[in-house]
Amino acid sequence: MKFINFINNLDKRWIYLILALCIIIPFLFPVGFPMKTTPPVKSIYDFIEDSIPEGGVVLIGADYDPSTMAELHPMAKVVAAHALSNNLRVLFVTLYPQGAGMAQDVIDNVLREWNKSNPDNPKELGKDITLLAYVPGVSAVVLKMGEDILQTFNEDGYGNKLSELEVMKGIKNYNNINLMVELAGSSVVLTWLIYANGRYGLKMGIGTTAVSAAEYYSYLQSKQAIGMLGGLKGAAEYEHLLDEKKVYGGRKDASIGMDAQSSAHIFFIILIILGNIAYFVKKRKEGK
Amino acid sequence: MFVRRTLPLLVSAVFGVALILQFFVPHPASKNFYNMMLDWLIIVSAFTYLIAVQSTVELHFTKIKRKVEGWQYSIIVLIALFVTAFLGVFGGAFMPTTLWMKIFPSVKPSDTTPLMYTYLYMQMPMQSTIFSLLAFYMASAAFRSFRARSFDATLLLITAGIVTLGRVPLGEFIYKGLPDVVEWILKYPNMAAQRGILIGVQLGIIATSIKIILGIEGKYLGGGK
Amino acid sequence: MAISTNFWIWIAALLTLAIYSFLYKDNPFYKFAEYLLVGISIGYGISIYWHNTIITKVYNPLVYDKNFLVLIPLLLGLLMFSRFFKNVSYLSRIPIAFVVGAGTGLSVPSSFEFLFKQIYATMPLKLDIGSLIIVVGVISTLVYFFFSLEHKGFVGKVSKVGITFIMVAFGAAFGYTIMARVSLFIGRIQFLLSDWLGIIK
Repeated sequence: MKFINFINNLDKRWIYLILALCIIIPFLFPVGFPMKTTPPVKSIYDFIEDSIPEGGVVLIGADYDPSTMAELHPMAKVVAAHALSNNLRVLFVTLYPQGAGMAQDVIDNVLREWNKSNPDNPKELGKDITLLAYVPGVSAVVLKMGEDILQTFNEDGYGNKLSELEVMKGIKNYNNINLMVELAGSSVVLTWLIYANGRYGLKMGIGTTAVSAAEYYSYLQSKQAIGMLGGLKGAAEYEHLLDEKKVYGGRKDASIGMDAQSSAHIFFIILIILGNIAYFVKKRKEGK
Repeated sequence: MFVRRTLPLLVSAVFGVALILQFFVPHPASKNFYNMMLDWLIIVSAFTYLIAVQSTVELHFTKIKRKVEGWQYSIIVLIALFVTAFLGVFGGAFMPTTLWMKIFPSVKPSDTTPLMYTYLYMQMPMQSTIFSLLAFYMASAAFRSFRARSFDATLLLITAGIVTLGRVPLGEFIYKGLPDVVEWILKYPNMAAQRGILIGVQLGIIATSIKIILGIEGKYLGGGK
Repeated sequence: MAISTNFWIWIAALLTLAIYSFLYKDNPFYKFAEYLLVGISIGYGISIYWHNTIITKVYNPLVYDKNFLVLIPLLLGLLMFSRFFKNVSYLSRIPIAFVVGAGTGLSVPSSFEFLFKQIYATMPLKLDIGSLIIVVGVISTLVYFFFSLEHKGFVGKVSKVGITFIMVAFGAAFGYTIMARVSLFIGRIQFLLSDWLGIIK
């Protein structure tokens, strides 16, 4: 009974402390459990790997901000690196001002890491990859891109005229984009699906936060999206797939977090079980 | 009055109906109209953000003027806002402006802009940290309020447990088939309910849209006559 | 690796810790960081709007390309500012009505299309247990949320089935939410241990 009282009166700051330790300790003593790749992740990887010819275009939607970057940033990096490794062109687009900074950080990071590990096949801003200027209007922007991407943005995020950029050569609208991978944790995914996929037939994959992942299975089953990366685990699976190719040396942000993710999940389950034991014991005692 | 209420409702009805009809008319003129409307929407939308900025600035100015409790923090907001905006507008967003490079000749076009410094080293860590606090609140909630009170709650609890465990490598280590079980739950029962909700929500959105176009729904115009 | 000597990394680390101090209890360091964030993010937004939107979409087309058609939406947009002047504030309703009306008009046909795709995908193309679960789940969930019919008798039974499906979905979402929140914290710990303290790679 003492134990039950202890549980019921525990200061929540002890829980905070244990949770923090559950996450910090695995970083210091990593185990690295193996993991299986789930089909929704594999299908995006396979599409970029096998179905896009050299020089093809992957559009990455960076519609997230720092609040969800822990999950979506690793996805943006690994998908961009994968596309570059197949000599595809990468365009970043965002419907929110905050996303522009995120995309800029990814481009900076991926180019640096790529050029470090592949000095014989260097990639360049404006030639292989760029960020389209942020333009407000959300659905109007998505629709306008289906008509004319150059006219939608006029310039890239760095103030260069899109018509003068090598990376934009031959790109008019969605017909010239082989795949879009939309990274977001909000209903903006729906905007892309309704307008870009629905009205213009843009082929899409989704990368989303774990919070939204369960919801987006509807779009997978209806084949409106070809695949999905769900949360940090989805990003880690993709990192593993790309790692097997041994072409990119960037830090595997998602994979190194997986041990901590495992231990924290166990802690959560223990918390739920303990909480329920305390509840039922208390209820039985009160019932007597 | 006509200008205050009827005209706005008329504007939204005319453009709403026109753009619905446009969808079904493949004529080039219809396409041109559609393109023009998209351009207009993009430019008009740009101003909505400025309106939001104006309201925030006004709110904090008032707080300072009236010395509301914690007004000192409003000074921080305003200083941070003006300094960041100043650095961003004059220094450039992702590439230094020519003006900035003239003032500081050592700055190269490939250098990180002052705005990106504030973004990468202040905004990014703070915003992501604030949201990471949710992990702690969730732990405390899991411990205190996540109870198997009824059949439905127990079902929720069990599914949550399976998904929580099955989505990490350790779960796979404990039982090899767990990821497949999770994938099955997500693909079938979960997907079915999610789709039911999605269809309901979409029907609601469409109904509201039609009400807006017909002028039955006018709340978005705000109060007043 | 060793502890960072980069001034900016230190700033980021100290701001991170200032926010975590809230877990112990509310304090001025947390408050400072919170308000600083509000100011900086708005300032950042203004800068992005200035360079990417005002310059790119309004100034350059008008000044360099002499595209005067931009003037109409520009005036429409400027009308929004009328809300700050009491006697003409109603004029700001016109651009709002335009954005809402045109936006709605664009969305209606595409939303129907989207809805049909979702319904079509629900139709069982082959007879197996999966398709059956999907059909039953979707219909019973819709019945559960359909309040125009009293949930009694047959309808009541179907809606009971619906709530079972919904609970499974919420459970899955809850499990995933735990994962998401933990990931956010992992991201910060990674920054502190790696970029700042240099303890891990």
